[in-house]
Amino acid sequence: MSHIRIKVGMASCGVAAGAAEVYQAIQERLAAGGIEAKLEKTGCVGMCSWEPLIEITPPGAETVTYGNVDPKEVAGLLDRVAAGELPREGYTIVPRQETLADQVRIVLRNTGIIDPVSIDDYIAADGYKALAKVLDDMTREAVIDEIKESGLRGRGGAGFPTGLKWQFAYNEQKPKKYVICNADEGDPGAFMDRSVLEGDPHSIIEGMIICAYAIGADEGYLYVRAEYPMAIDHLRKALADAEARGYLGKSIMGSEFNFDLHIKEGAGAFVCGEETALMASIEGERGMPKIRPPFPAQSGLWKYPTNINNVETFANIAWIINNGAAAYNAHGTERSKGTKVFALAGKIKHSGLVEVPMGTPLRDVIYKVGGGMPTEKPFKAVQLGGPSGGCVPASLLDTLVDYDSITKTGAIMGSGGMVVMDTGTCMVDVAKFFLNFTQNESCGKCTFCRVGTKRMLEILERICAGEGRMSDIDTLYDLAENIAKGSLCGLGQTAPNPVLTTLRYFRDEYEAHIRNKRCPAGVCNALVSFTIDADKCVGCTLCARKCPTDAITGEVKKLHVINQELCIKCGACMTACRFGAVIKA
Amino acid sequence: MSNLELDRIISSYEGKKGVLIPLLQDAQKLEGYLSKEIMRYVAEHSDIRLADIYGVATFYTMFRLKPQGKHIIRVCKGTACHVSDAGALLDSLRDELGLTEGEDTTADGNFTVMEVACLGCCSLAPVIMVDATTYGKLTVNKVAGILKNYK
Ligand SMILES: Cc1cc2nc3c(=O)[nH]c(=O)nc-3n(C[C@H](O)[C@H](O)[C@H](O)COP(=O)(O)O)c2cc1C
Repeated sequence: MSHIRIKVGMASCGVAAGAAEVYQAIQERLAAGGIEAKLEKTGCVGMCSWEPLIEITPPGAETVTYGNVDPKEVAGLLDRVAAGELPREGYTIVPRQETLADQVRIVLRNTGIIDPVSIDDYIAADGYKALAKVLDDMTREAVIDEIKESGLRGRGGAGFPTGLKWQFAYNEQKPKKYVICNADEGDPGAFMDRSVLEGDPHSIIEGMIICAYAIGADEGYLYVRAEYPMAIDHLRKALADAEARGYLGKSIMGSEFNFDLHIKEGAGAFVCGEETALMASIEGERGMPKIRPPFPAQSGLWKYPTNINNVETFANIAWIINNGAAAYNAHGTERSKGTKVFALAGKIKHSGLVEVPMGTPLRDVIYKVGGGMPTEKPFKAVQLGGPSGGCVPASLLDTLVDYDSITKTGAIMGSGGMVVMDTGTCMVDVAKFFLNFTQNESCGKCTFCRVGTKRMLEILERICAGEGRMSDIDTLYDLAENIAKGSLCGLGQTAPNPVLTTLRYFRDEYEAHIRNKRCPAGVCNALVSFTIDADKCVGCTLCARKCPTDAITGEVKKLHVINQELCIKCGACMTACRFGAVIKA
Repeated sequence: MSNLELDRIISSYEGKKGVLIPLLQDAQKLEGYLSKEIMRYVAEHSDIRLADIYGVATFYTMFRLKPQGKHIIRVCKGTACHVSDAGALLDSLRDELGLTEGEDTTADGNFTVMEVACLGCCSLAPVIMVDATTYGKLTVNKVAGILKNYK
């Protein structure tokens, strides 16, 4: 009997958009009878702006993906599908082929397609085939050579060649070794790792098992951010299933190789994404980075040789073993091979999770894959690499997405967060935002990072408040240089990047704040004025009641006015107004 | 505080390595925060020093040293939320709850408001999470409606 197949994207962002209600509505309709259908859950489909999403495939027909689904319309839709229709009119149809056209999906090969908590689904999609191949036919050295040959570089930010890292751990002659997966994804604006952890947990586990075999480890940890509860649930289930099937534990798949894998939940500290801090955290201590060398490969977790890689790095491994290094390094540029997953967010039409070959121009990622700007406001910059990265301006949109080209702009590839900004974004405010973040997250060990970021933040706050001096810019450069030089770990070394790139590409904006006491984007409250739009004000009096300085006057149902002398620019009126009548400019 | 429960937690980690963080996570579940009494008790009934316990409890944001409201509201301050005006959202939320500067828990103990770095739902910015439920594409006006469900 052929069924209609229905899939619902149930990653945590889908659920936040209402996918659980949609799923329930489908269940209810199916329970009422009369429709032969198989209902499945899947992970992040990657087209977040259309959540909640359902995919419908009638027997023998092509799949149609419905977006922004309202639970109330589900029953009606299913009735029409059961009657042999695939209605388009009146529904949001997701142009799935178009958004996928410029993508190459290796890491995301299963995400949004299989049911993440079903090991059978994973196995049906060639899962654990690479592990079988490695155990049956490949020596440990051959595995490392294959990964070296693929050109894969670590996706956690620094881009260190993965095969070489494995070789270092392999070379150590110690009775015990560890493999760690860094799933602490802390960069604000990044959700790639979460989507893979939730949507295809076995691919990460398989990558880790292969790594353990290659370097000679018998124990491993997945260090996962506690803010990702669904990822942790899915990993727990996946670990239990993998163990039950003999892919983990003793004598894996009948071989002599043993490997135990545990989950360790983070406790909320960005710096624990740094590898030495992460290991300190697993050991139960404060997560403070340590000096390297010794590198983890020589002395890592509990002083044993340890290989630590990022989620996305591990998710590539099984694909490379199955398809060969040559198929992998056919994608990409000279020094950056394969693909990279990006989390597209901010002011972009189709925000979501995308995977493109290395070497794709930034412009194509934003305009072709991401659909460009969502409103008439023009593009201003794209932020890459989170707090360690920088803002790339429109003039550099032809930069290719590869480690070296992005580094040349002053930003970094980073983990893959890509936040698009339009002309309504103030670049000084963005720099301030990131400095506030690093200043908060600095562990306090190095003085330059602890105190220097604070001093930089104070200067940026002053500039945004209209109290900046031109000499502040020189001080910022000076601090930036010293913080980068005087910090032990990447957090401090890269903390100045958001300031340096905005100074490099948007210096005029800093100067407008300092010299003209003006915020060109109209963001910094102290440098704008609040007025009331006579056409929109209905005289509800709410703003006048909220104003802490009684600067707003007006009678009921009549236009209200803000007295600029009394206004302290707190923005309370704008927040309160339900009619969008308060203008900030 | 029932010491029996704490004893049970402490003994469940006995003889294992790297246990301080999960032990404190379990202990925090008892009262929703780590009181001085709990931290002292753990130090006295295990071989972990109080200084190490306090050091870890103050390092990680997950550990709370003050009593918390019944519902925890996490306001995402990630990059995408920031450029989508999460700041105004936070202000109006605090205003709605009547929190004054420096306060994070409502007088009736119903809500605690926290800012978090990034909830990873960037395409739904701005986002808040109330207990385990995430709400996205928020506007100032939608917030009051959401809070009603938790009153
Ligand atoms: C402050 C800081 C935060 C980091 N956060 C992460 C993270 O969240 N995830 C990650 O994979 N790597 C992170 N890293 C990089 C790790 O230290 C390490 O380089 C990486 O896990 C290595 O894996 P890879 O070779 O597969 O990239 C961070 C580094 C620093 C300095």
